[in-house]
Amino acid sequence: MSDVFERVKTIIVDRLSVDGAKVTPEATFKEDLGADSLDVVELIMELEDEFDMEISDEDAEKITTVGDVVNYISSHQ
Amino acid sequence: MSKVALITGASRGIGRAIALEFAKQGAQVVINYAGHLEKAEETAHLVQAAGGESYLVQADVSRPEECTKLVQTAIEKFGKLDIFVHNAGITRDNLLLRMKDKDWQEVLDTNLSSAFYLAKEVARPMMKARSGRIISIVSVAGISGNAGQINYAASKAGLIGFTKSLARELAPRNITVNAVAPGLIETDMTHVLGQATLEKLSASIPLGRAGKPEDVAGVVAFLASEAAAYMTGQVLHVDGGMVM
Repeated sequence: MSDVFERVKTIIVDRLSVDGAKVTPEATFKEDLGADSLDVVELIMELEDEFDMEISDEDAEKITTVGDVVNYISSHQ
Repeated sequence: MSKVALITGASRGIGRAIALEFAKQGAQVVINYAGHLEKAEETAHLVQAAGGESYLVQADVSRPEECTKLVQTAIEKFGKLDIFVHNAGITRDNLLLRMKDKDWQEVLDTNLSSAFYLAKEVARPMMKARSGRIISIVSVAGISGNAGQINYAASKAGLIGFTKSLARELAPRNITVNAVAPGLIETDMTHVLGQATLEKLSASIPLGRAGKPEDVAGVVAFLASEAAAYMTGQVLHVDGGMVM
C-alpha cells in the first residue's frame, strides 16, 4: 500500500507540478491538486503504464482522490 | 529523427498523393487500405521509388476493432506516430428519397465514425509525446452542401465539427488538429461523375480546372510541417476558389 502510494505520488508530483506535501490520500485531483479533466485522463494513462494494468473508463470516471487511485491499483494488482 | 505518418485510404487518389509527398520529405509512411491491395502495393512502390519507407496495413476503418489494430500495428512497426491523416472516405450518392438506409449508414461509418475510433487511438501516444498532427480530409460538400450527397456532406460537415472540438481538447498537449477541404479533384471518386459533368463543374471553378491529388497533398504536408505549428482548428480549402 505505502509503496503504491509513493509511486503514485512521484508521478502526480511530476505530471501536475505540485508540491509533494499536497499529495495526500484525501487530496482531490481537481480541487486540491489543480488538475483539469485532460490532466486526469493523462495521469491515468501514465499510471496504467507504471503499474502495467488497464483502468477501464468506467472505473476511471469514479476516481476523484489520490486515495481512490491507490486503492484501485492496490486491489487490482 | 524522421517523422512517422499514418494515412488512411492511401491506396489511391488523394491518400496516395499524400503518402508520396510525405515520403519525399523523408517521413516513414503507414499506408492503410481497405480492399485494393494491388493499388496499395503500387503506392508502396511509388513511395520506395521516391526514397521513402512504407508499411501496408489492411483495415476497414468503419470498424472500431480494426482501427485499434491499425494504430497498434503502425506504432509497433515504426515505434511512434507523429502525423495522422484521416483521408479514407466513400460516396454512395443519391437523392434523399432514393437513398437507402445502408447508403447513409455506410458513409457515416466510414467517413465520420472512423475518425472517432482512430483519433482515440492516436491521441494517446501523441499526448504522451506532447506533440502530434491530426489532419482530416473533408470536402467543400461539407461546407456548402451538394444535392445528391446528403450522407457524404453530413459526414464531412461532421468531421469539421469534430476537427474544431478536438483541436480545443488537444491544444494544451501541443497537438494540432486541422482539416483540408478539397473541391473537385481528379480521382476515381470523381471519375464516376462522367466527363460531361466534370467539364461543366470545371468551368464553374475560378481557377478554371479540376485539382490534382498533388494539389491537396501539398497543403496536407504544409499542415504537418513545422511551418504550421501555430495553426489549429482550421479548415483549408483546396478547391481552385470554388467556395469562398
